Formats: sequence, structure tokens, C-alpha cells
Amino acid sequence: MMRLTVTVNGTEYSREVEPRLLLIHFLRDDLGLTGSHWGCDTSNCGACVVWLDETPVKSCTVLAVMAAGRRIRTVEALATGGNLDPVQRAFARCHGLQCGFCTPGMMLTARWLLDHNPNPTEAEVREAISGQICRCTGYENIVRSVLWAARNSGDQ
Amino acid sequence: MTGHQHAPESAGPYGSVGRREDARFVRGQGTFVDDITLPGMLHGAVLRSPLAHARIRSVDVTAARAHPQVEAVLTGADLAERGLAWMPTLAADVQAVLATDKVRFQGQEVAFVVARDRYAARDALELIAVEYEPVPAMIDARAALDPAAPVVRDDVPGRTGNHIFDWTAGNKTATDEVFAAAEVCVGGDMIYPRSHPAPLETCGIVADYDAVAERLTLWATSQAPHAHRTLYAMVTGLPEHKIRIVSPDLGGGFGNKVPIYPAYLCAIVASMVTGRPVKWMEDRSENLMSTSFARDYHMHGEIAATRDGRILGLRARVLADHGAFNATAQPTKYPAGFFHIFTGSYDLQAAFCEVTGVYTNKAPGGVAYSCSFRITEAVYLVERLVDMLARELGMDPAELRMRNLLRPEQFPYTGPTGWQYDSGDYPRALSLAMDIAGYDDLRREQAERRTRGEYMGIGLSFFTEGVGAGPREHMDILGLGMADGADLRVHPTGKAVLGISVQTQGQGHETTFAQIVAHELGLSPDDVEVVHGDTDRTPFGLGTYGSRSTPVSGAAAVLAARKVRDRARLVAAAMLEVAADDLEWTEGKWRVRGDPEQALGLAEIAMAAHSSLALPDGVEGHLDASAVYNPPNLTFPFGAYICVTDVDPATGEVKVRRFIAVDDCGVRINPMIVEGQVHRGLADGIGMALMQAIVFDAAGNCLGGSFMDYLLPTAMECPSFELGATVTPSPHHPIGAKGIGESATVGSPAAVVNSVIDALAPFGLTHADMPLTPANVWCAIHGRQGRSDLAVP
Repeated sequence: MMRLTVTVNGTEYSREVEPRLLLIHFLRDDLGLTGSHWGCDTSNCGACVVWLDETPVKSCTVLAVMAAGRRIRTVEALATGGNLDPVQRAFARCHGLQCGFCTPGMMLTARWLLDHNPNPTEAEVREAISGQICRCTGYENIVRSVLWAARNSGDQ
Repeated sequence: MTGHQHAPESAGPYGSVGRREDARFVRGQGTFVDDITLPGMLHGAVLRSPLAHARIRSVDVTAARAHPQVEAVLTGADLAERGLAWMPTLAADVQAVLATDKVRFQGQEVAFVVARDRYAARDALELIAVEYEPVPAMIDARAALDPAAPVVRDDVPGRTGNHIFDWTAGNKTATDEVFAAAEVCVGGDMIYPRSHPAPLETCGIVADYDAVAERLTLWATSQAPHAHRTLYAMVTGLPEHKIRIVSPDLGGGFGNKVPIYPAYLCAIVASMVTGRPVKWMEDRSENLMSTSFARDYHMHGEIAATRDGRILGLRARVLADHGAFNATAQPTKYPAGFFHIFTGSYDLQAAFCEVTGVYTNKAPGGVAYSCSFRITEAVYLVERLVDMLARELGMDPAELRMRNLLRPEQFPYTGPTGWQYDSGDYPRALSLAMDIAGYDDLRREQAERRTRGEYMGIGLSFFTEGVGAGPREHMDILGLGMADGADLRVHPTGKAVLGISVQTQGQGHETTFAQIVAHELGLSPDDVEVVHGDTDRTPFGLGTYGSRSTPVSGAAAVLAARKVRDRARLVAAAMLEVAADDLEWTEGKWRVRGDPEQALGLAEIAMAAHSSLALPDGVEGHLDASAVYNPPNLTFPFGAYICVTDVDPATGEVKVRRFIAVDDCGVRINPMIVEGQVHRGLADGIGMALMQAIVFDAAGNCLGGSFMDYLLPTAMECPSFELGATVTPSPHHPIGAKGIGESATVGSPAAVVNSVIDALAPFGLTHADMPLTPANVWCAIHGRQGRSDLAVP
């Protein structure tokens, strides 16, 4: 067992964990943050995407101990100050989700994209989410959602 | 971005209201099965066979049981003591829960470990020693009937081969006569490869048996919680009223969550044995390798026509690979489901099909992956054949289709194999798709590109789905007729709660069913709460698959609401001191005829019904009502699809440039949700046509056991879809609605394949099997087509 100290969504946690514990299981099973989902084991689907410091990672392929001393942001902290992020509003407004399973990962990637490229083209949006799988939307309305969020990020 | 709406009526009376489900999902507050944690909960893991076919000499679990974190280990022998080593399938076969005699596919369940955490459970699997005696595997479906083939199902006394069933539909004599006299006959072999629905959430369960109350509670990934409750009662012997199934948020289903899988039973037994809740969630490899596959049809089809392009007849021979156990999850009384709807959307004289089912050493099952059962295969067959015929005749495939589509005046139309299509205006849908596509311009562009050595394809398909299972003369599930109930409670303040038997997996039932009821009762959708996914809180019904929610359960909701409305009329008449016949329902209120200002809405009436008002005859006191809907027929949505591709002959890479889809699903309840479901199915079709296949090597190793190997379309493979709509109401559905959830999955693969074959026409290519991966396309161009279902030379 190892002592892991990590800041998740602004709160510092310290836990005894097995070195092999995956970050996704640490978040879900140890911290009860079940908004991040596990979908494939092989880094293909992106249902488990969270931010490690400022970068989206697939938390099914990150060991929890690799996050020691670093900051994690999950879907539970996408809203700030009680206000939904424009990306969250966009997904609801543009029907960017159906079953909701891929949605947290998609939104975290979208937030990262818009932080780095506030006015992406459709092609840039598609490329940004190309490492993630949605089985419900055919991506059409996810792309629309991200573009809507880009246009409406100012009017919180 | 696109989003054409070319039929003004497509908006309908309900409207694209936003989904109430989204509030929790965008906050990460959905509750999926793996999010359930109960006090003292244990974790299960399944030991699976590494071999496709082997006798089991011994299973030694001593070391696993000794693992400090392990609470229980179950083997086939343990289950046999309880009479649960085998379970019945939905297709009159049995399936091993935990193997006792042989393993019959790679990934088959052999033992079940229960431990205090999910990692320890996996560790303990490594401690189980199984001695296998390998025997030759039966992998090639086309060789399954060879007398020398290894026999998969020697557990059945007297069985000497791999034959499951022969089944025919249509008129063979008439069809043969049509073919004998026809001027033109074309056809060929085609494979609809084995695929997997692969919802992003895998299958799983939390089983909690309370030995004191003798009550079993299951949180399960189930598309059909009520039907599952009955089946669990029948299989385990537990009384049905002591079983509660909660199907919380489901991360997609697409047919994958219709069957009951062996590990569900293992979790139940483990909870009984340990006295603690047991969670089992499969991983992705388990999902792809062991839970129900779809398709796997080896088809030979022929089409007969006149030289001037009049289609006369169709015939098909199919070899159906059912894997190691016939666990086909479909409700029809026919072993090939709805396959005999293969005459598609065309007016022809005669048709005949014959289907033979065989066992192989592959995963069992057979689910309707986003379709009514086997209609996808049927549509693919006929739409490929029509394109082959167009090529033979030198006729444009759109013109050939237009010439042969059923005409509006032919509906209701009874086809040569007995299905009665309820309504349709097919030429209108095809014309609209061609308008959106700019079809003639596309053909001109294609011709111009060909002069430059560029390979652009234009592929069409026209499909008719049959959804809303279903009429009792055609279907049931283990004897259960396919009716669905609706319970509607109206509170004194006029707010309503609707309980439904169907199970959303992302379709947005909480929103659309509220819209249905609100429209019937003059309420705002916000005034209607929809309860589903809990057998203790909802009426009985058979669940959601085959696009049956709106056609069946939606109808039940309408009927319940109309009962409420009728009762409200009696109360309103008493309140207004007029005869009930003097009231008419207009604009959401009961109004006095000739004096429409004298009107009462549901909220006022509901309060009065609960008050000291002297109740009229026929009113017991509340407005609550229940209804059960037995569909008199399927509903038959249809559509016209056009796919534009660009193919690089040097690499074999296919790029889908455009996809135009015109769907007609009758009256649309929430057009936004309808369009979203069409988008999903179009992506499915692109995936199926270009990427998705579960392939096996000669030893029976599954080569599609992860998302590294079983490729699903991403945002890069999908274009921005161009949709259109026509609305032809169903005449027998109370609000004229048809199902839509699966139309695009059914209709789109043929459009993609037809497009690729069209692109490659200059190479003389008339067919190539899915998936049209770069390698398969390249081989086809170079005349080196092989088997797309087998990874053998």
C-alpha cells in the first residue's frame, strides 16, 4: 500500500492505496465521484476522461499514485460557483447527449479545447473528440454543442 | 451544420422540448449500475475459458477459496447442486451458466469468484486451476453441417451434428416460376458479419438477497426489467412478488441488455450464499467476447426482373450462425425473426426464403442490435440486390427503385410473405432525399471525377422497418404476450405521475412520455413525472427493444390519459351542472358546446374529484387510470438514404463525404429526439459497413475482443448528417406514431456499401462484404476477396 495525497476538484485527499489502483477506480470507488465512467480498459472510449493538472487524461490508464501531489478535475467540478459551464449548458441545449455515459468525458475534453481554442472549426472539434466514443449521438449534436458553447461562453 | 426539415408537419403537435434527463447527466449525477454501492457489498469476477472448444477434466478452486479476501467461489458443480448449471434461453435451448462438461466458446463462464474488492476478485481468478482437454473447434459456419464437423452440442442426447433449425417463408413454387420466366436474374453471396452492439456501459448487476424477508433486489442493466423478473422467478424458483428489479440509468443498450447473462445468475446465487450484496460488472473484453452478438448471416440472394426494370421476385438462402447456444433474444414465433420481411419496400409478385441455423464454437446469443430482429440483414440483402440489378440493367439505381417502390394507394399492403405494412408514401421520401442530395448534380460530378481517375460513390437504400413488437399471433417471450401497461395517477392539484413498463437507455422517455400525457390532458409536460425502471413502482410490460416503446407503451400512455380525460368529463359535467354529452374537449379543456368560455381544465377537475363534490355515476373519487396496450400490428417506419463516399483505390480507404437521410416515423413526438436517434443509427451504419466485425481465427480465438480490434466509428468517420422528414401517420396507433430508434441502423449499412461498390464500378466490382476496411477494399479491387468473417488465409 502507498500513501496518496492528491487534490481533486479543489479538495485535498489522502488515502492508502494499492500501487496498481487505477485512477478511475480511485475516483469512483474511493472518493465516490461516480460522474467519471469506466468504459473500455484500453484508452479507446474516453468515458473516463478527467483533467490531470491542466490536461485531459484517460483515467483508466493512469495509476492513481501517478496523480500524487497533482490536481484532478472531474465532471463534478465543471460547474463553477454554482453556474453550469457553457459546455454543460450547450450539451443540454443542443441535445449533445442521450444515455449520458460518454458525456462527462466529452465535456471535459470540450472545455479543454475551448480554453485553448475559443473559436474552433467543426473539423477542430471533431479532431478534439476523436479519441472518445459516443454510441448514441453519431457525434452530430456533440459537435453542435461544442460550437454552441464556443459562441456562448461569454454570457454566463 | 445541417439539419434539414423539409416537411412542415414534421414538427407535429408536441415539439422539440429539451430533455429533463440532461440536468443530472451534464452534472455527472446519473446513476448507472456500477455507481450503486451497498453496505457490505462484495465484488464478483468470472473465470472464462481461454479455449473455444475443450472438455473440462477438472476445476480446482482450493487456492482461490483460500485467498484472504475471497468470500465465495462458485463452479458449475456448485450450481448443478442447485439445478442452475444450465438455464433456458429465449429460443427453446439451454445455455450453460457455469460450464460443467465442456467449454464451447472462448470466453465462456467457468467459475465465479466473490471477494471484498474488485481487484482481489480478479487476483483470485488466477488461483483457479482448470484442466482442459482441447478438441477441434467448429468455427466456419459454412462447414458446420459437414458430417465430419466437430459437434458443438453433444450435451444434448442423440445430437450428432450442428444443425439447429430449417425455416422457410413465402411461396417456393410461385417464386421459382417467376424466376424461371424472368428475363433477368442476378444475385450472389453476401455476409452480414457478426457484430456487437457495444453500448458504452457494459452489462452488470448488483444482487441483494435478504434471507429474512426472502426478498431479492437486483439493480441491473436491463432493457426489460419486468420480463426479467418473470424469467428470474421461473429459473430460480423464487416467488415473483419477492423479486424487485431496478434498472437505473443505462449507458446505452441497443439490444445488448435484453438477455439474461450467466453471471447475473451467479451474482444472485453468490448473494444468497454469502448473505451480502454482490456486484458484478463485466469488463469490455467480456462484453465483446461473451455477451450477445448480432447478425452473422451468410446469405445467398437472387432477384428476378424484366429487362425494362420491373422487379418480379426475390429468393434467399441463409445460413445463420447462432454460436454455441441458441440464445437468440427475439420475440417472434419464427426462428429467423422478421427476416421474411426481406421483400423490403417493393411491389413484386413472389418471394421465398429459407434459413438454416447452425451451432458453432462462438459466443451465443443473437440480439437485435438496434433493429427489429433480422430486418437489418433483410434490408441489406434486398438493397444490395436492387443495386446489382441496376448494374445489370444499366439503369440508375434511384430510377430502378422509384419504378418499383410500393405506391401510396397500395397501403395497407400485405407482402408476399404475409406482413401487412400499415402506411407509407415511399416515392415522396425518395424524391425528398434526392432533392436534398442534389442527386443529378452528384451523378454529373461523379462522371466528371471518373475522367480524372477519382472514385466517388453514390449509394442509395430504401428501407421499411417493422417495429412495436408485437401482435400476439406473431410473437411472445417465453409465452408472455407483448403487451405493455401504463399507470397514470393525477394528484389533486392536477400534477400527474405516469408509470411505464419500458426502459430508456438514452431515448429520453422521461421527456417524451410526459409530452404524450401532457398533450392528451391539456397539461404542461413539466406537470407530468415519468417513473420507469423499477418493477415495484411500474406496471408490467415487456420493455424496450425493437423500437417498441412509442408504438406499444406510448399507446398505453395515451389510452390511460384518455381514460383520465373521460372520467374528468363526468366530474366536469357535475361541476358545471350540464350533461357530459354537452361537453367537448378542445384546446386542453372540457368546454360547454356553444359556450366555450365555460371550461374546466384538468387541475380544477382533479381537485373537485377529490373534494366534497357529489360524485357522478362512474367516478369512484379519483381520476387515476391504468391501461394495457396490445398492439394490433407492427408499425412500419421507412426511409430513403443516400450516402456519398470517396474511395482511394491505392489504399482502399473509404471516406464518407455526405449522408442524407429522410425518415418517416409517422407523427413525431419530439423531433429533436427523433433526429438524435437517426444520427445514432447513421453512425452505426457507417461503423457496420466500414469497420465493425467480430472475426475469429481457425482455433476459435475471438479477434474482436477489445476496442483496439473491434473498431467503432468516431467523430472523424462520421460526416455532418443531412436529415429530412416526411410524416405518414400509422393508422392503427392512437396518435399515429411509429418507432424510430433503430430505423437508421437498419437502413444505412446498405447505402454505405452501395456507395463504395458504386465508386468502384470502373473496376468491374459488383459486391464486396462488410466491413469495407481499407484492406478488404484493396483486396476487392485486386480481385482477392476472401471471407470477412474468418481470419484465415
